[in-house]
Amino acid sequence: MRIGVLALQGDFAEHQILLRRVGAETSQVRLPAELDGLDGLVIPGGESTTIGKLAVTFGLIEPLRRFAASHPVWGTCAGAIFLSKDSQRDQPLLGVMDITITRNAFGRQVDSFEADLLVPVLTDPERPFHAVFIRAPLIASAGKGVEVISKLSDGHAGQIVAARQGNMLATAFHPELTNDDRFHRYFLSLVKA
Amino acid sequence: MEKEVGTFALKKGLAQMFKGGVIMDVVTSEHARIAEQAGAVAVMALERVPADIRVAGGVARMSDPALILEIMDTVTIPVMAKCRIGHFVEAQVLEALGVDYIDESEVLTPADEAHHIDKHLFKVPFVCGCRNLGEALRRIGEGAAMMRTKGEAGTGDVVEAVRHARSVLGDIRRLQTMAQEELMAFAKEIGAPYELVCETRELGRLPVVNFAAGGIATPADAALMMQLGVDGVFVGSGIFKSGDPARRAKAIVEATTHYKEPKIIAEVSRGLGEAMVGIGVTQLAEGERLAVRGW
Repeated sequence: MRIGVLALQGDFAEHQILLRRVGAETSQVRLPAELDGLDGLVIPGGESTTIGKLAVTFGLIEPLRRFAASHPVWGTCAGAIFLSKDSQRDQPLLGVMDITITRNAFGRQVDSFEADLLVPVLTDPERPFHAVFIRAPLIASAGKGVEVISKLSDGHAGQIVAARQGNMLATAFHPELTNDDRFHRYFLSLVKA
Repeated sequence: MEKEVGTFALKKGLAQMFKGGVIMDVVTSEHARIAEQAGAVAVMALERVPADIRVAGGVARMSDPALILEIMDTVTIPVMAKCRIGHFVEAQVLEALGVDYIDESEVLTPADEAHHIDKHLFKVPFVCGCRNLGEALRRIGEGAAMMRTKGEAGTGDVVEAVRHARSVLGDIRRLQTMAQEELMAFAKEIGAPYELVCETRELGRLPVVNFAAGGIATPADAALMMQLGVDGVFVGSGIFKSGDPARRAKAIVEATTHYKEPKIIAEVSRGLGEAMVGIGVTQLAEGERLAVRGW
């Protein structure tokens, strides 16, 4: 199984480490031809404006949309923004997931935080997933075909931080910055399905 | 839900989001907009780019908070700002303003000739400059969550950036060939905390993200630093002291992403107009060198 990681900018190497640990082969994608032969794709954290602009310049927008129509794709933070149909800003997006994003929803870097989440779809669902939110977005609203996978609890009650639509997965936080590989295993289970 | 803020993982994590990207010096909100449009991952808000700090002489200090706030209001990407080495009150002020990263920078006039800021005390993360592995690990020991090799700011001459990157990365390679019992003597020799020497050896890289800075002026300069093994680049005077800042900024971003593709670097380097004029580092008097500041 070969999982590509969009490597235009961001923490793609961190994703590759966890993907290899859970048994996938990985490769970096910077140009459209590098999507050939992949079974799935991860769009990493980074700056969503930077990733979007580079994707436009190097002709990746349409190839990525076609890829997402037939393969599992997972976006973390900036990657989730890039997958969304609306970020409430003027920036290039793939628009393949029926979610609306609020960028920097919690404020600036001094407001970044770590918190435990309950994510029932993961293995060992009783064990909280320790999530890292860095200048993080929120999923402000999700369309009918979107399954909410995790929400924040008190203080931000009900706010969506992870969602799935068919073979597409979006997380507002960074599983790749932790040692907990359950989200990467969950993504691989979508690829295998 | 228990929320933890200001942890080292969060500080270091934001720098991980910058990887493979370009951080640009900007002195106005208009510059900041151009940088964001070009694809910068963050901007460094300051009153004068290093080349102009050299010309102006005198004491270089933290920028006017009004300018920093205006730039923070203009762009959605993270905003960094510089404080003087050891000037922890300038750092407190920058934290109070809500900047996303503080650069404790040798480009400004040092406020303390022996001590750097105790960066562990802050919620906001810090980036610091280094010329070699010992200096990098001392700064990380003090709490820096990101490093940048110093180069020689405001010159447009990449030679010092190369020297410092080669020194840091070469020492890490050397470290990996050492026997365990040699590490304490090596830590002593380079003046670095022993635990961080051990950690660096185990990781085969610095424990935090490491960008290159100081003298990068062209797309090829940026790709050179990336091929040498840094995680991304800072471009200071190189963009807004050039003939066509918007095009050059975009080209440097593209060359940083495609640093292993000479054909793409060639393509993006076409017709960029005048690069910054620059000063050869060998023409600088010892007292004009900024990189030697830092202890």
